[in-house]
Amino acid sequence: MSLTVKNIIRFAVFILFQALILNKIPPLHRFIVPYLYCLYILWLPFNMNRSWLMIVAFLFGLSLDYFTGTPGLHAAPCVLIAYIRPFLINVLIRQEDIEAHYSEPSVTSMGWAPYFTYIVLLILLHHAYLVLIEWLQFGNILYFLGKVIGTTVISMLLILIVELLFYRKKELRKSISAS
Amino acid sequence: MRNIFLFLRRYFNFLFFVVLQITALLMLTRYSRTHEAAFMHIANEWVGTINEQYNSVQYYFKLKKINQALANENAKLRNLLASNYTTIDTSILLKQDTVRIDSIIQYRQYFWRTAQVVGNDIFSQNNYLIINRGSAQGIKVGMCVLSDKGIVGMVEYVSKNYARVMSVLHRNTKVSAVLKNTGVQGRVAWDGTDPTFVILSNIPKSEKIKMGDSVLTSHYSNFPPGQLVGTVSAIVNDPSSNFYTIKVKTGTNFYTLQFVYVVENKMAEEINAIEHTNKMNP
Repeated sequence: MSLTVKNIIRFAVFILFQALILNKIPPLHRFIVPYLYCLYILWLPFNMNRSWLMIVAFLFGLSLDYFTGTPGLHAAPCVLIAYIRPFLINVLIRQEDIEAHYSEPSVTSMGWAPYFTYIVLLILLHHAYLVLIEWLQFGNILYFLGKVIGTTVISMLLILIVELLFYRKKELRKSISAS
Repeated sequence: MRNIFLFLRRYFNFLFFVVLQITALLMLTRYSRTHEAAFMHIANEWVGTINEQYNSVQYYFKLKKINQALANENAKLRNLLASNYTTIDTSILLKQDTVRIDSIIQYRQYFWRTAQVVGNDIFSQNNYLIINRGSAQGIKVGMCVLSDKGIVGMVEYVSKNYARVMSVLHRNTKVSAVLKNTGVQGRVAWDGTDPTFVILSNIPKSEKIKMGDSVLTSHYSNFPPGQLVGTVSAIVNDPSSNFYTIKVKTGTNFYTLQFVYVVENKMAEEINAIEHTNKMNP
């Protein structure tokens, strides 16, 4: 399956899973909201243009927003992590090695430690920005910190489960595997 | 000029990022003020259709509870039938007078429509519901939504076949309420923490309040008067204030909401017009 088709299907699956399943389950605590959808942006291919990355992230966040009835609330953090993503990948791994061989970030392409640093940092950033926008009128620092930490922890658990369930095999890029 | 283009090329990504951020935040702030957003009309129809598909599955699992709620409500309505009340005085007879009915219709204030909830959000700060009735079925912005056990919210956006309802569990919702026993006015709002409780404020400390007292909508609210908001479940006595802050357990169970009533206030236009003129000539 081509990478584009795969990402389009993923787009729909992540949105529907977040909007119809994760947003409906009763909360364990008011700090804990399970967010998984932002993993889609972290899984987008390496070689994507940065402007395209941000456009896709914006549309992705906006489509979830239409389900929750808050246009812009999820789009803003999505664009933020899409913007930060290339910087972080540059810092964490040696680009020329990886990008020549693999198409998208995963445990196999980046290794456990860099991959999870990448995930944790961006998820934390996403949740911090999301909760900041959401609680801006409220202004209670304890709620803010509690919700960011609680939501990040539960999201990380979910992401770990997803990574183990849908173990993405080595996806060598065609030019290399053919040669 | 060349330098400007060079600058734009150099920082294109950053500028693009800033533009997208501003767009997103503008959409959010404009939306919470006017409830109008880009592509909202199409998006509302699409989301409504998907939610309805999903709800048809969910609905099946809640049938038992819904049946019970409907049966209870039928019993309640049957108890209100005029034939249940016998008159002792034989000179007073219940008669159906056509002329009188006509005049009642003329002054009818509230018109109730049923609707099914197809999308329900309760865990965020500002919660919305989606119902499967829209402008084609006569729903208008500002109509009140009630369940069989209490108030639910207010219609804030209407597309052709679906409507979005601002739930009571929304930070901008303020409902004028009254304590059933004493008749004291207060204001109900949500503090954004627990979806089973709302906060009733502005009740003076001179009032005697008991746990379990009913809280009803007042005559000043947009809701039909006398509809249940909830029951008093905790009273917070703040020594620095002359007013109690009361935690009210909502009558409506927002977790299992399936059927609601959309209430049209036939006099709403007139009331609004009067309010408007008052503001114009202070």
